[in-house]
Amino acid sequence: MGENIFTGIAESLRAFLYGAGVPPLASELIVLIVKLLAVIIFVSLNVVWLVYMERKIAAYIQCRIGPNRVGPKGLLQTVADVVKLLAKEIIIPRRVDKVVYLAAPILVFVPPMLAFAVIPWGDGMAPIDLNIGVFYILAVGSLSTIIFWMGGWSSNNKYSLVGGMRVVAQMVSYELPLVLSLLGVIMLTGTLSITEIVNAQRGTWFIFAQPLAFLIYFIAGVSEVNRVPFDLVEGESEIIAGPYTEYSGMAYAMYMLAEYGNMMVISCMCTIMFLGGWLAPFGWTFLPSWFWFFIKVYLMIFIFMWIRWTYPRIRVDQLLGFGWKVLVPLSLANIFVTGVGMYIYRAIGW
Amino acid sequence: MKTQTYVLNMGPQHPSTHGVFRIILELDGEVVVKATSVPGYLHRGIEKLAEARTYTQVIPYTDRMDYLASMLMNWGYVAAVEKLMGVEVPERAEYIRVIVGELSRIASHLVAVGTYSVDIGGFTGFLYCFRDRERVLDLLEMVSGSRMTFSYFRIGGVADDLPPEFFPPLQKFLKDLPSLCDEYDGLITGNEIFQARTKYVGIITPEMGIKYSLSGPVLRGSGIPYDLRKVRPYGVYDRFDFEVPVGKNGDCFDRFVCRIKEIRQSARIIQQAIEGLPEGPIMAKVPKVIKPPAGEAYAEIESSKGILGCYVVSDGSTKPYRVHFRRPSFINLGYLDELLVGWKIADVIAILGSLDIVLGEVDC
Repeated sequence: MGENIFTGIAESLRAFLYGAGVPPLASELIVLIVKLLAVIIFVSLNVVWLVYMERKIAAYIQCRIGPNRVGPKGLLQTVADVVKLLAKEIIIPRRVDKVVYLAAPILVFVPPMLAFAVIPWGDGMAPIDLNIGVFYILAVGSLSTIIFWMGGWSSNNKYSLVGGMRVVAQMVSYELPLVLSLLGVIMLTGTLSITEIVNAQRGTWFIFAQPLAFLIYFIAGVSEVNRVPFDLVEGESEIIAGPYTEYSGMAYAMYMLAEYGNMMVISCMCTIMFLGGWLAPFGWTFLPSWFWFFIKVYLMIFIFMWIRWTYPRIRVDQLLGFGWKVLVPLSLANIFVTGVGMYIYRAIGW
Repeated sequence: MKTQTYVLNMGPQHPSTHGVFRIILELDGEVVVKATSVPGYLHRGIEKLAEARTYTQVIPYTDRMDYLASMLMNWGYVAAVEKLMGVEVPERAEYIRVIVGELSRIASHLVAVGTYSVDIGGFTGFLYCFRDRERVLDLLEMVSGSRMTFSYFRIGGVADDLPPEFFPPLQKFLKDLPSLCDEYDGLITGNEIFQARTKYVGIITPEMGIKYSLSGPVLRGSGIPYDLRKVRPYGVYDRFDFEVPVGKNGDCFDRFVCRIKEIRQSARIIQQAIEGLPEGPIMAKVPKVIKPPAGEAYAEIESSKGILGCYVVSDGSTKPYRVHFRRPSFINLGYLDELLVGWKIADVIAILGSLDIVLGEVDC
């Protein structure tokens, strides 16, 4: 039921192009572009929805109602906000490095968008099924550091500079446990292909086989997307808005929306690597695979938001200490235990 | 490698300086090498303005000093004028003053607790505190008709009697308050990250606390049980049974915890005051035109931020010759520059927040 909606559309498009006599290479290219465009449009719209979701969840955690005026149940609130921000002037202070300053808010959306290209939204629904998908996502994910640093450096503002320095320190130290924690899963499956990793979880999800890795990945992921308790980069009570301090209007909003894009990527990765991707739990296949994928992703996003509105912010030295002294050794230990476990399993002959 | 320090100008427009307060920080990376605080952006010259007003007309100006605990600011001023005139305040008025004063203290501490939560980065605690502060403001609105600048105190008593509809919601609030405090403790105080951020940060030793004449929760956090309501009771405070909560280490955490404990003690005082509320007049017999004899008087009360002193000089006319306020936030702020050295930017906010300043009072 509904399982084949999206793959069906792609198939019929391909069939239509074939029928119209388009050469196979061109028709494949057109189908690919349509797929990627669909993902980009979906992600952009989804980000707007996530802002609304965050505000509603925050409101209910804080005994408030949240946005409820624009549109039914306030659903159009973020749309109105984005329209307002689009209409606002993007102030360029004197003495900023103009090119870098203006490029950063545009580029900031690129890494999450690149990552979404290989994310399988359902069974056989990856726009591009890369055989090194995990590696690719990790690689493009670390690009964000440079872009935040660009914003922080070019603003020519000390708060931005402090924020930029925090970005680099934080992302470099949390990239490591982030990658190392995934290594356990990769060792178990022996592949970097996202589709194969998901298929390997048909028996048990890796959250049960690698609970520590999941925890480390999640904590490092929170840090990677700069959210509470690791939102030192923004740290609004200390350094105003970190690298975004000088930005206004839509340029500022781009950073904010990109944060949700990054959160979506981390949630998707959590789902794929640990929560069985699009696989239905308990064999409940009455819902289509892509629906299960979204349920899991939104569950992860909800946990992100829940933490954000419950915890205070950690301090910069505590953050780095926690990363290097706790998460990195733990993830190395996890790799070691996984390796020994696998060796014993093979020795027993399972 | 050659490194150099840089200057970061924090404020007067900054989200966490609790108003228009400015600190010029000299930083080595994220560590403070030197701090220079620059108050004065909210100076309105209240003391000078008072010289051109009659004694009663000064009361609304005192509201605008510590606008989070206006009742206590009123109290400090009228206490000095009453001392100057030798007025005996009726017992019922004294009890009413205790009730509204303690309610004001609760409201002020709720803001302190809530904003401190925001300073550390948790926004939710702030809204929980403000949700409950709203109930205090509703109560005080019933009494005075105003939500922030009450001007409820008069020289010789209070402006109006407590309305009968004031008591049921007050009782309910007092009943809820312990569980509300438990909620703050669960959400804010008990949080591991909050404790990691505030424990052993910005330590004020008892010696330094006395040396800089700190007062209020800032001093009591260092373990000195100096509360005017207890050590030198004014009004009818000697009739109530309450404790003075003190901290142990004198760090930000202790100062914060002291405030939550004080909220609980204030509730106890109010409960006793309602039970013992006597009948009688609410105003002493003071002339319509207040003309204190020439002379001077100094009165002190325990405000939510510390000891509020008021010094009034009269030349025998209808207007005060000189009014001076010893503002607790301002005095407590004197230690800030020294306290900040060696801490990180994030700690600057944590320490400043734990002093709980109100700029209206600092700059007066």
